[in-house]
Amino acid sequence: MRPIDPVEFAKAPTMGGSARVSEAVARALRARLGDTSAQAPARPRDPAPSRAAYRFNRLWLTPSFRFFMRRIAPVLAIAGCVGLWFVDADNRMAFNDTVAEVKRDIQNRPEFMVKLMAIDGASGELSEDIREITSVDFPLSSFDLDLPGMLDQIESLDAVAKAGLRVRAGGILQIDITERTPAVVWRGPHGLEMLDVDGHRVAALEHRVDRPDLPLIAGVGAERDVAEALAILNAAKPIMPRLRGLVRVGERRWNVVLDRDQVIMLPEENPLGALAQVMALNQAKDLLGRDVKAVDMRRPNRPTLQLTEAAQDEMRRLQGVELGVSYR
Amino acid sequence: MTDLYAAQRAMRNMRKAALQRGVVAILDVGTSKIACLVLRFDGDGFVGGEGVGALAGQSSFRVIGAATTRSRGVRFGEIDAMAETERAIRTAVQAAQKMAQTRVDHVIACFSGGHPRSYGLDGQVEVEQNIVSEQDVARVLAASEVPDYGPHREVLHAQPVNFALDHRSGLSDPRGQAGQNLAVDMHMLTVDGAVIQNLLYCIKRCDLEVAGVASGAYVSGISALVEDEQELGAACVDMGGGSTDVSIFMKKHMIYADSVRMGGDHVTSDIAMGLQISAATAERIKTFYGGVVATGMDDREMIEVGGDSGDWERDRRTVSRSEVIGIIRPRVEEILEGVRECLDAAGFEHLPSQQIVLTGGASQIPGLDTLAPKILGQQVRIGRPLRVQGLPQAATGAAFASAVGLCLFAANPQDEWWDFEIPTERYPARSLKRAMRWFKDNW
Repeated sequence: MRPIDPVEFAKAPTMGGSARVSEAVARALRARLGDTSAQAPARPRDPAPSRAAYRFNRLWLTPSFRFFMRRIAPVLAIAGCVGLWFVDADNRMAFNDTVAEVKRDIQNRPEFMVKLMAIDGASGELSEDIREITSVDFPLSSFDLDLPGMLDQIESLDAVAKAGLRVRAGGILQIDITERTPAVVWRGPHGLEMLDVDGHRVAALEHRVDRPDLPLIAGVGAERDVAEALAILNAAKPIMPRLRGLVRVGERRWNVVLDRDQVIMLPEENPLGALAQVMALNQAKDLLGRDVKAVDMRRPNRPTLQLTEAAQDEMRRLQGVELGVSYR
Repeated sequence: MTDLYAAQRAMRNMRKAALQRGVVAILDVGTSKIACLVLRFDGDGFVGGEGVGALAGQSSFRVIGAATTRSRGVRFGEIDAMAETERAIRTAVQAAQKMAQTRVDHVIACFSGGHPRSYGLDGQVEVEQNIVSEQDVARVLAASEVPDYGPHREVLHAQPVNFALDHRSGLSDPRGQAGQNLAVDMHMLTVDGAVIQNLLYCIKRCDLEVAGVASGAYVSGISALVEDEQELGAACVDMGGGSTDVSIFMKKHMIYADSVRMGGDHVTSDIAMGLQISAATAERIKTFYGGVVATGMDDREMIEVGGDSGDWERDRRTVSRSEVIGIIRPRVEEILEGVRECLDAAGFEHLPSQQIVLTGGASQIPGLDTLAPKILGQQVRIGRPLRVQGLPQAATGAAFASAVGLCLFAANPQDEWWDFEIPTERYPARSLKRAMRWFKDNW
C-alpha cells in the first residue's frame, strides 16, 4: 500500500485559506510521522536569468551569431575533425589505401572487363601488326585501357589510314581500321615502296613483279606529287602498254619513260597539256612509234625531238640523198 | 543647461538610430510590476484616409513582444535595491525578447517617482527680420528664464506649449509668420537627478542603450486621454502601485505633472496590517474582494483569511467583505484627496474642461467610479489605454497605461527644447555660422 501523504488532504488554495498554511501544516504532519525524506518544499525559484544567461540569450538572438552557429560552425567543426584525423600520416596512408582498394575492386568488376579484341577492316598481315604493337594482355579492366594511346599507336602504322577504337558491349575491344590502298610503286632511296594517293607510304615491296598492276614512279621527291603523277598516268592511257614509269627530275618535273628507252620530258608547268600534245602527235603521226629517243616538251611552245643515233644517221643519209652528198 | 542638452540630444539620436533599426523596447519600471514591450517599426504604415486620421503615428509600429514581471526593489516608483531591480528588468526584457524572437538593443524607459515638479517658463524676444525663423524660435526658447530648480534635479521634459506673436496667442508653429514680438510658454518638468541616474545605470547594467526617458505621468496621459480630452483640457490620474501620478493636458500639451506618493501597495499593506495577514494574502484579498462602496450584501460575504500561524485547525479567521472595504476606502479616499490637492495646486479649476480620467492598476477597484466623483468632481471616468497593434490581451488593462503611452511617445514624440536649433550665440566662438552672421550684419 502506498504511504499516505498529508499534502493530499490539505485544502486547495482556491478554497479560501492560504496555501502556505496548508504547506506548513503538511510539513508539521510529515515531521510528526518521522518522514525526513521529504524536505521543506523548495522556495520559489528566482525567475530572473543570471547575467551570463541573459547575455547568452541576447547573443543567441543576434542574427549573425545565430547564422554562424547554425550554418558555419557545424561545417567548421566537421572540417576540423577531418583535418585533425588527416594530420596523422598513418591515417592518411590508410585512407589512400582504402580508396585505392575500393577503386580497384570496382574497376575489376566483370562488367568492366575487356576480354578480347576484334579488328575489322584490316588484312591478315595488318591485323597481326596491330596485335603486336598494342600488345594487350586480356582480360583487362576497361579503366586500364589507354584508348587514345592505342589509337595513336595504330594510326602510326603506315598501312592504316584511319582507326576507330571502342569497347563494345560484352567486353570486346573493337578496332575499326580503314586501310590505305596503294596507288603507285615508288622506287625510292630505300628500295621499292608502295604509296597511296596522298603519297603516304603503305608498305615496302620486295619485287616489282609482286604488284604489276601498280604503276611505277621514281626519283627523289616523287612521293610528294603522287596525285600529279596519277593524273599524268591517266592522261597517258593510250600509251599505257608501252609505259614503264614516271621519273621525277630535279624534284620539279616529270619524265615519262617508255620502253625502248624513250622519254617524254614534261614541263614543270601544265604537264598534262604537254602530254596531251604529245598524245595528239602520237595519234596523228605515230610519233612514239618512230625511232625517237626523247620528246622534249620542257618548253611546250617549242617541242623538240631527240633522235636515236641510228635515226640521226639515217636522217643524214636521207638528207645526203636529197643533196647528193655522201658523208662517208 | 548645456550638459543636459547634450544628454538629451544624445538620447534623441539614439532613438533615431533605434527607429532606423526598427526594433525598440519599451520599459515601464513601476512599483508593482515591470513591463517590457518590444516594438517593431515598419515603414509608414497607415497614414489615414476614409475619415480616419493618421492615429498619431501609432499605426507605424507593432508590438511583437510583451512581458511583465513582478517588480522588485522599487519603492514609490524609485529604484531602491538596484541589483533586485536589475534582475527584474532582465527577466522582463528576456521574456519579451523571447516572444519577439529578436534582440533588442535600445530601450525607452519611464518611471513615476522622483518627486516630479512642474515649472511654467516664458520667454520673449524681438523677431529679427519681421518673419519668424528657426533661429528666432531658438532664441526665444533660450530667452525663457529658467527657475532655480535645485542642485540635484534634472530636467526630464521641457516642451514649448504655446507661442505668441505680438497679440496673437495659441500658435503651435510660429515659423514663417510675420510679427515683431515672439513669446513662448514652456512647461518644464524636473525630477530628482539620482533617480534618473539609478534608472539609467540599471538599464545600462542590462546591456541596453537608453533611447529616451519619460515621466510616467506624461506617458499615461498620452495613452489614457482621448484626443478631444487632450485638446480641451483634462487631467490624467495614473494610480500605480507606489505612487499616483497626476498630469494635466491642454491643447495636446502636458502643462502640469505631479505625483502623490501613495498607491495600490499602500492599500495592500493597510489590509495586511489591519487583518494581520501576509502581504501576499492581502494582495489576493484586495484583488478578489476589494471595493470601495460597501453594501448590505457585503456584510454577509465572509472571506477566509488564513492566519498563517501553523495552527490550521484553530486559527481560521474570516472577515466580512465590508471590513475589507472599510480598510480600503479610507486609503483610496486619501489618495484621491492627494490628487485633489495636486489639481488645486495646479489651478485645475480654471481650466475650461474639468475632465478627470483615472487609470493605472489601482483604478480597477470596483466602486471607484462612485467614490471618485465625490472627491474630484463630476466629470470623472475610468480610462483604459489606447489600443495598439499587436498588444496581447493581457496587456490591454489599465495597469499598462504608461507602457502603451510610452509606445506612442516612442512613435511620435513631442518636440522638446533640445530638439530645436541651438541659438547662434551659444555656439562655440569659432563657429562658421557665427562668422556668417557677422558678415550678414556688417555688409
